[in-house]
Amino acid sequence: MSEPIVWLTIFVLSVFVGIEVISKVSSTLHTPLMSGANAIHGIILLGAILVTGYAGSTLQLVVGLVAVVLATVNMVGGFVVTDRMLQMFTRKKPTTRGATPRVPPAAGADGGPA
Amino acid sequence: MITETPVWVQLVYLAAAVLFILALKGLSSPKYARVGNLMGAVGATLACVVVFFYADLDNVVAILVAIAVGSVAGVVGAQRVQMTQMPQLVALFNGVGGGAAALVALLELADMTEPGHDPGGFALFATAFTVVVGSGAFSGSVVTFAKLQELMTSRPVLFPGLPVAFGLSLLAAVGLSALTVTGPSMLVGVVLGVLGLLIGVLLVLPVGGADVPIVISLLNAGTGLAVAASGYILANTVLLVGGTLVGASGTFLTLLMAGAMGRSVANILFGALKGGSTLGAGEASDRPVRSGGPEDIAILLGYAGKVIVVPGYGLAVAQAQHTLRELVDVLTERGTQVAYAIHPVAGRMPGHMNVLLAEAQVPYEQLKEMDDINGEFKQTDVVLVVGANDVVNPAAKTSPGAPIYGMPILNADEASQIVFMKRSMRPGFAGIENELLFDPKTTLLFGDAKDSLGKLLSAVKSL
Repeated sequence: MSEPIVWLTIFVLSVFVGIEVISKVSSTLHTPLMSGANAIHGIILLGAILVTGYAGSTLQLVVGLVAVVLATVNMVGGFVVTDRMLQMFTRKKPTTRGATPRVPPAAGADGGPA
Repeated sequence: MITETPVWVQLVYLAAAVLFILALKGLSSPKYARVGNLMGAVGATLACVVVFFYADLDNVVAILVAIAVGSVAGVVGAQRVQMTQMPQLVALFNGVGGGAAALVALLELADMTEPGHDPGGFALFATAFTVVVGSGAFSGSVVTFAKLQELMTSRPVLFPGLPVAFGLSLLAAVGLSALTVTGPSMLVGVVLGVLGLLIGVLLVLPVGGADVPIVISLLNAGTGLAVAASGYILANTVLLVGGTLVGASGTFLTLLMAGAMGRSVANILFGALKGGSTLGAGEASDRPVRSGGPEDIAILLGYAGKVIVVPGYGLAVAQAQHTLRELVDVLTERGTQVAYAIHPVAGRMPGHMNVLLAEAQVPYEQLKEMDDINGEFKQTDVVLVVGANDVVNPAAKTSPGAPIYGMPILNADEASQIVFMKRSMRPGFAGIENELLFDPKTTLLFGDAKDSLGKLLSAVKSL
């Protein structure tokens, strides 16, 4: 951490990347995206592991372990629940009991068969 | 304090950071969303595993046990949750992440207070920031959870002096952060944590239930930034990049969501503080309405040329999405044109209704987004509103005092006939009355959505 300016540079560039990569998301995916991003900040688990691994007292160890549990819930639970949500989007096979429109009419028109 | 990070580890961290970027990129396109999420999981796992191989850690067994406990809790929670309760769970996961970040920062602060350490003002500021924002995200998320789970009222909670208390807490947090920069102290650190908890609660209390999703997104971004700051404290690039990505994209997503509701973030957070005029009656009205039986409505639907279904959270609560799909199937077989109109904030979170209907295997082609279908209501014979209210409330267009004023709505009022399926005359989540219920074109069918839809289904079948 001798060079705060290097870290500041990484930070600022990451801000732009973070905005850029999701700028075209459709509202359909807002919920899974929020949930997925939520799981990514579960990476704090890495920090929790580090501080717990260097804990100097029993109190520090206990606090550290609590942080590890919380961070793991965030990370693991977050990714699993996001996957569960997305599974439902991808499983939309057109086999729902004959009622599925065979060929959807022109974009923008009504979806049901006339 | 911490062993020097070897180059190969730095490279693994770089790979993890790239995976996070690809994950967010994937998550914003329908085709690659699942792969994206998987890449994020791989990146996070990689970064966390590598730490055990280079850092000279104590307490490894205890740490592994803690990870196992957290994993079981996370997986069980994620697998068991009903799709309708998804927003609460996301809020909860976000909250525990924020709490973890605050604890990590406090432990680092304990290290910094030992003699012989000079972390520098920048790192001390980052520590104070992480403690306040992390604990604020934690307590804010808990209140959010309580509101969505209906453990407490979902209406804005206001008490005299709330803005003052909020302002003072914020000021105190800034002051104590400045004090921390001049010299680290464990006591000040703990007080900062408590202030953070207070700020989180005071921030979320005045927010109305319908706006809570925006707050989840905002708190999510906050946790991201807290994690980024902890990355600086620990001199860890993957924490810095991962946290910043979530902080930036989360802030942007919050703005997008607020835009979909036609509101500003400031209005959502502080709108209720400006005065009582925005609060609705919140009670059942005794004005006359027209209600009908399942048979009347079956005739209405069965002989209609074009029907639009407006599903809302009430549908999901009743777990009636499957029955609804059956009804639509039968109507379609009779030759009626049917489409679902999905409001961007239908359900309790933007995009929530799409998840719920996808679960019921409603064909994707029948789901229409608001902008695509709003022009079609004029040529529609019957609009069937199932467990929705605020998203078709004309007050959003006509009464500037209403809390939802300015929110884009589905133009259900333009259809020839409107059928509301409701449990009672209670207003929607925003707590305001819906004029459309009293419209002469409107017929109400009272009862549990699943029950009513079942009766309606058999009535249509026997036409």
